[in-house]
Amino acid sequence: MPEKAPHVGLFVTCLVDVFRPGVGWAAVKLLRNAGCVVDVPRAQTCCGQPAYNTGDRADTRAIAEGVIAAFEPFDYVVAPSGSCAGMIKKHYPELFTGDAAWEPRAKALSAKTHELVSFLVDVMGMDTVDAAFAGTVTYHDSCSGLRELGIKEQPRTLLGSVDGLELREMEDTDVCCGFGGTFCVKYPDISNTMVTNKAGCASAAEADTLLAGDLGCLMNIAGKLKRQGSSMQVRHVAEVLAGRTDDPAIGEGN
Amino acid sequence: MDITSPAFKSNVKRALADPQLQRAMGNVKRGFIKKRQAAFDKLPEFDALRDQARDIKNHTLAHLDLYYEIYEQKVRDAGGEVHWASTAEDARDIILQICQAHGARTVTKGKSMIAEEIALNDHLEQAGITPVETDLGEYIIQLRNEPPSHIIGPAIHLNRDQVEESFRAVHTDLPDDRPLGEVSELVDEARAILRQKYIDADVGITGANYLVAETGTSIIVTNEGNGDLTQTLPKVHIVCASLEKMVPTLEDVSTILRVLARSATGQEFSTYTTLSTGARRTEDVDGPEEYHVVVLDNGRSDMLGTEFQDMLRCIRCGACMNHCPVYHAVGGHAYGWVYPGPMGSVLTPTLIGIDQAGHLPNASSFCGRCEAVCPMRIPLPKMMRHWREREFERHLTPRTVRTSLALWAYFARRPALYHLTSSMFIRALKLFAFGRARLKSVPLAGGWTRHRDLPMPTGQTFQEMWRAGGDE
Amino acid sequence: MSKVQIDTKANRDRLFDKMRTTLGGAVDAATRDQAVRKRLERHGRNLVPERSNLDAAGQLELFRVQAEAVSATVVDVDSHADVPEAITDYLRQHNLPARIKHGADKVLTALPWDKTPALARDHGPAHGDDAVSLSHAFAAVAETGTLILASGPDNPTSLNFLPENHIVVLDASTLGGSYEDAWDSLRKTYGEGTLPRAVNMISGPSRTADVEQTIQLGAHGPRRLHVIVVKG
Repeated sequence: MPEKAPHVGLFVTCLVDVFRPGVGWAAVKLLRNAGCVVDVPRAQTCCGQPAYNTGDRADTRAIAEGVIAAFEPFDYVVAPSGSCAGMIKKHYPELFTGDAAWEPRAKALSAKTHELVSFLVDVMGMDTVDAAFAGTVTYHDSCSGLRELGIKEQPRTLLGSVDGLELREMEDTDVCCGFGGTFCVKYPDISNTMVTNKAGCASAAEADTLLAGDLGCLMNIAGKLKRQGSSMQVRHVAEVLAGRTDDPAIGEGN
Repeated sequence: MDITSPAFKSNVKRALADPQLQRAMGNVKRGFIKKRQAAFDKLPEFDALRDQARDIKNHTLAHLDLYYEIYEQKVRDAGGEVHWASTAEDARDIILQICQAHGARTVTKGKSMIAEEIALNDHLEQAGITPVETDLGEYIIQLRNEPPSHIIGPAIHLNRDQVEESFRAVHTDLPDDRPLGEVSELVDEARAILRQKYIDADVGITGANYLVAETGTSIIVTNEGNGDLTQTLPKVHIVCASLEKMVPTLEDVSTILRVLARSATGQEFSTYTTLSTGARRTEDVDGPEEYHVVVLDNGRSDMLGTEFQDMLRCIRCGACMNHCPVYHAVGGHAYGWVYPGPMGSVLTPTLIGIDQAGHLPNASSFCGRCEAVCPMRIPLPKMMRHWREREFERHLTPRTVRTSLALWAYFARRPALYHLTSSMFIRALKLFAFGRARLKSVPLAGGWTRHRDLPMPTGQTFQEMWRAGGDE
Repeated sequence: MSKVQIDTKANRDRLFDKMRTTLGGAVDAATRDQAVRKRLERHGRNLVPERSNLDAAGQLELFRVQAEAVSATVVDVDSHADVPEAITDYLRQHNLPARIKHGADKVLTALPWDKTPALARDHGPAHGDDAVSLSHAFAAVAETGTLILASGPDNPTSLNFLPENHIVVLDASTLGGSYEDAWDSLRKTYGEGTLPRAVNMISGPSRTADVEQTIQLGAHGPRRLHVIVVKG
């Protein structure tokens, strides 16, 4: 456990910034409750994955340099997203291999970058949150968070401490939902098969709410459930952990 | 085999609309994944063995020329011969020459992905030689004139009524009223039909899972016994092996063997793992009189020293495709050539060119399950990404993608401008949405809204709200 | 030796040149040579699973469990003298004809066949109509219940594959824990850097899962594999 209040730079993520800022507020609340001082550097836009996964290393590096510069001053960089945190942590160093100026900086940033829930549990040592949520919940393990960052138990640990919450695990929690960034629009029919399977597993779990740690997955799954006319609600896990569930669920109105 | 990889999207459309295929793929998904997990659970050293297997292969690749020199001499010492094929064409010609020199009329074949890669069967048939596939899965697809859809179970896309239909159509000498509804009946019939063919064959052709430098040995890993009958009974045994099959010692090969079957089918060891070294010895009473190994390059040597070298560690277990949600959705034929799934997505562009196979490394969500189960720890998503980089460099990426990406990147590299624009963007979207929380159709977002609703932004951007000093 | 003379030297030279250039760049030739030579000479063991690190009795039990798990049947007898009767018992149990084929293996030919006079025996490699073959295993591996059979006039390879029923006599003293133990045994008998024409590692009877992934025994090789372990 860190001694002085850790100074955290919140990496908002482009999707949270534009589509669901409430997730950012939930992250801020959780980090502050954990004893962190939180700042949100203005000079951030995106981690660069869309360019990276399209093979455009030049633009990816340019964006990454901006992120590295903006977040270097912090003790930690925390993102409410396994895929964005994974990008910074696992891929930024490789982007700058052999670059005498940027490689050490990328590695330094990588070492202090974390996904939100795993940061709370593994770094801040939390195993409970002070929140209530009366309902049944099922949890989707987003791919990058799971396979790049080892996030599996941590959200379940914290959800287990939420008053009134009952976790019902669905089949195939660790199977891709079909989002994959640009994949879902480049290969929509294959993506659809995958998200239909995921929606099927979610519905079969008979939970009121589906949670995950990545907004891309969540918008994808919510979009499918709504298209199917499902009443299942979809939220980011941070919303439940921070007790911020008054806002409408994803894709739902007032 | 005809290449249809450029038509990936229409292959996919057809695959998704095929109920037989979807049913078969459901079985694939459930069966193999559970079995591999069970094998993993039973062997505490599994992950450590994967690390060693990777290291053995890396060492071998770094010294490949030296191991091949030694291997070649060992094969000669054992009375065999090694032939070097630069291209698929070379390999076909060498094999045909050997068959013709022996006046071969029928040739039995054990399962060989290399033989598929070089399109051997057609070449032999055109020269008046009949190749008989003996692996049951390969036999079935040979009858149906279909390519394999999986590198371990070539007929995995078929249900048993389809197999029955093919057997009835081709085995016309057998009584029409015979029962063929059960799997056991189908297997028994194949066994009976192929029996005499093994005995009559002039030449037997197999692949090789490994070549062992220490002893000049080729190894095949099978369950049926067809590979062994193919290579033991005829006068001539031809092994088709691609360049990356080399392994230094018997100890090295046993490490890799320990992770092969477990990763492929969940078996701890295949029923038959056979080490073949040279031709019949003077004292032997059975076995082939001649033993030929055709070593095929066909692009592998070009992968050495490149960002794709790791792909040469592949031992063709199929675990990647068994765990791939894209493969589960579309099956093997959609990939359009010999090698499907994640390994196919990396290897195919090497062998037939990224311009033909471009879709394959792009049709991935990078979920990473393939890499997680690969016994040789091949970073498959990373290599698919390298292909996307090569495409981008060569301007093979579709124009619309390139343009939208360039536009997006312009903004993403300029935070102040980006924030201004994104605020404007969500205002516009909200107006367009007339206050609805999600939309069924959005201009330019057809790829998304074809199958899903698009949730609308909730209000302001987080950055705007943060600058304004507070929460909501 | 070979009837056909094919010249692939040009291909070979081109390939080796390319490999040497790409691979030999950073490291000097002597170091590379040494690395390869050493590895081949030492043929050192990599990680060997703990599973078969047992005493002889433990390994025998492991062998049995593993072999049965892959549908072989296993019986033990105290000495070679008991083998002929163990064979006729098996044949009777499965309604098989009292006729077997085996090779010139001295242990097999020296068995007390006078104890089973009704059993007909043929010698040599397998032919299409042999129903039951008998082999003497070179060794076995407890790790996965795997038999090691070596080619030669003693135990012709075709006996392992053509007949529908395969009976194998295994001396418990030749059972090792791991595949690596088997390689050591092979080297002791056949020498360093060499192997007989075929070494078959056999784990159970033939099977396929090529139709709907349903396991079916007796695909092309034997439907039944019976192991008689001689303990004495």
